Amino acid sequence: MIELITTKYTYLVVVALLAIGAYVMIESDNFVKKIIGLNVFQTGIFVFFISAAFRTGGKSPVVQSGGGGGPFVSPLPHVLILTAIVVGVSLTAVALGLVVRIYESYGTVNEDTLEEVLAND
Amino acid sequence: MTDALVPLLVAMPLLGALFVVAAGLVSERGPPAVTALVLVAQTGLAGWIGSRALLTGELSNEVGGFVAPYGIELVVDGLSAVVVVLVAVVSLVVLVYAASDDPGGTAFYTEYLLLVTGLTGMSVTGDVFNLYVFLEISGLATYALVASAGTGRSAVSALKYLLFGTVAASLYLLGVGYALVATGTLNMADLATELAAVGYDSPLVLASFGFIVVGLATKTALFPLHTWQPDAYNDSPDSVSALISALVSTVAAYALLRIVYTVYTPAFFEAVPVARDALVLFACVSIVVGSVLAIAQSEVKRMLAYSSVSQYGLVVVGLAIGTRAALFGAIVHLVGHAIMKGGLFVAAGTVDDLTGATTVEGYAGLADRFPVLGGASAVLMLAMVGVPPAVGFAGKWYIALGAVRAGVWPVAVVIFASTLLTLAYFAILVERMFVAPASPSVRAATDGGADRLGGAATAPRRLLALVVGAAVVAVVLGFAVTGLETALEPTLDTLLS
Repeated sequence: MIELITTKYTYLVVVALLAIGAYVMIESDNFVKKIIGLNVFQTGIFVFFISAAFRTGGKSPVVQSGGGGGPFVSPLPHVLILTAIVVGVSLTAVALGLVVRIYESYGTVNEDTLEEVLAND
Repeated sequence: MTDALVPLLVAMPLLGALFVVAAGLVSERGPPAVTALVLVAQTGLAGWIGSRALLTGELSNEVGGFVAPYGIELVVDGLSAVVVVLVAVVSLVVLVYAASDDPGGTAFYTEYLLLVTGLTGMSVTGDVFNLYVFLEISGLATYALVASAGTGRSAVSALKYLLFGTVAASLYLLGVGYALVATGTLNMADLATELAAVGYDSPLVLASFGFIVVGLATKTALFPLHTWQPDAYNDSPDSVSALISALVSTVAAYALLRIVYTVYTPAFFEAVPVARDALVLFACVSIVVGSVLAIAQSEVKRMLAYSSVSQYGLVVVGLAIGTRAALFGAIVHLVGHAIMKGGLFVAAGTVDDLTGATTVEGYAGLADRFPVLGGASAVLMLAMVGVPPAVGFAGKWYIALGAVRAGVWPVAVVIFASTLLTLAYFAILVERMFVAPASPSVRAATDGGADRLGGAATAPRRLLALVVGAAVVAVVLGFAVTGLETALEPTLDTLLS
C-alpha cells in the first residue's frame, strides 16, 4: 500500500482529479463552476497521459547521432496532451462565451434559477 | 494504394473556412457563395475519391511523409467512402436551406465549413488520436451552430451539449490513453495487431474498450446518454437541426463502427462475448425507450429527435451483432437515416416558416393546404417506419436478418417492436396531417396569414424540392441497396476478418 502511494501517486492524483471534476460538474448549479469542473476533469486525463510516459531514469528523447543513449521518456504522450490542452482551451472559450450569452438573456448563471425562468417563459 | 488527394478532403473545407472569413470582409454575399463553391468542389472530390475507393480498393496517405504507424495515416476504404460522400452531399444540399433560412453572417458559414472539416476528418482518419481531434473540431463547430439561433434558449442547449460532448470526448481520450499504455501505438491498423498481441482479456484493453464505447455512444446519443440531444435539435435554427441530425450523430456512429471493427476487430468480441452482449443490450434499450419517449412528445422536432435515439440504437445493434448481414444493415440504416431524418427536419422547418406550427396538434389539416409538402413528409415518415421498398425497410431488414442468422431472436423481436413503435408516433402525425380538420395556425396560413415568407402562402420551391428530393432518394436508395452490397463486399470482408 505504502509502495503504491510512493511510486504510483500520480495515478492517485488522476483518480482524484477525475472524481472532483465530475462531482463539480454534476453537483454545482453554477454554469461557470461546471466549466471549471470540466477543466479539472480534463486535467485528470492530461496527468494520466503524462504519467504513462514517465520512465525511471529516462532522459529527454533527443537521440544523438549514431543512436543509442537511452532509456528515454516517451515523447508521444506529451505531444498528444499539448494538442489536447489546445482543444481544452478552445472548448473553455466557447463555453464561457455561451455563459455570457445566457447571462445576457436571462440575467443568471445559476441552473436552478434558469430553469424557473425558462418554465415561466 | 497511396493517393495524394486524400488529405485534400480535409484541407479543402478547412481552407474554405478561412476564405469565407476573407469573403465576409469584402461583401455580405461573399460567405454563402464561397461556402457553396467549396462544398460543390468537396462533393466532386469526395465523389471522385469515393468511387475510386469503392472500385479499386483502399486509398491511403501518410500525412507529411511520416511513415505509419508513427505518423498519421488517412485511409479511405469502402465504408469511409460512403460516409465522406454522404457528408459532402448532405452539407451541400442543406446549404440550400441554410441560405434561405439564413441565421446568417460570416461566423455561421465558417462554422458550417469547420463542421464539414471535422466530420470528413473523422471519416477518413486512420489514427485514434487524430479521430479525437476531429471529434472535438466537429463538436466545437456544432455547439456554435446550435447557439447561432441567437436565442437564450439555444445558448442553454448549446452549453448543455458542450458539457456532455466534452465529457464524452474526454472519456474517448481516456480510452485511447489506456490503449496507448497497453500497446504504444495510435494507428488503427497497427493497434489491431498489437491489441491482439497484448491479449483481449487484459484489463487495460477492456477498460479502453469501455471508455471508448461510452464516449462515442454519448456522441451518438444512445439512451441514457442522449439527454443533450433533443434540446440541441429543438433549439437550433431549422437548417442546423437538419444538418446535425443528418450528420453529426451519424459520423459518431460511424466512428464507433470503425473502432469496433478496425481496432478491436471481431476477434475481440469472440474473446470477450460479454462486451458484445452488453453493447447489444444497451442498443436494444435505446431502441425501445427512444421510441416510447418519441410517442410521448407533442413538439414535432423533439419527436424527431427522440426518434433518432431509437434509430441509432438499431444501427448499434447491427454493428454489435456483427454478422455480415447485420453489419451491412447498420451501414445502410446509417445512410438511410441521415437522408430521411434530414428531410424530415427540413420539412418541419418549412412548416414552421409557413404556419408557425411546431406541435403535432398544429400539424392538423396540413396536407390539405400543402399537399406536396405533406405528401413528401408522409413518404419520409413511412420510409422511416420501414415500409418497403424504401431504404428504411432495407436497413431494418438486413439487421433483423443478421440477428436471426446469429440466433439472437430477442433482438429480432425488438426490431419488429421498434417498427410498430415508430409507426405509432409517425401514424399520429400522418393522421393529423391528412385526416384531422385544419388547426388554427394552418387555417391562418390558408387565409394568407403567412407573412413570414413575405406573404407567400405556398411553400418556397427550393424547400419543396429538398423535401421531395429526400423522399425520392429514400425510396430509390431502397432499390440501390443490392448494388451497394456488391460494391461494399470487399470492405465488409476486411472489416469482418
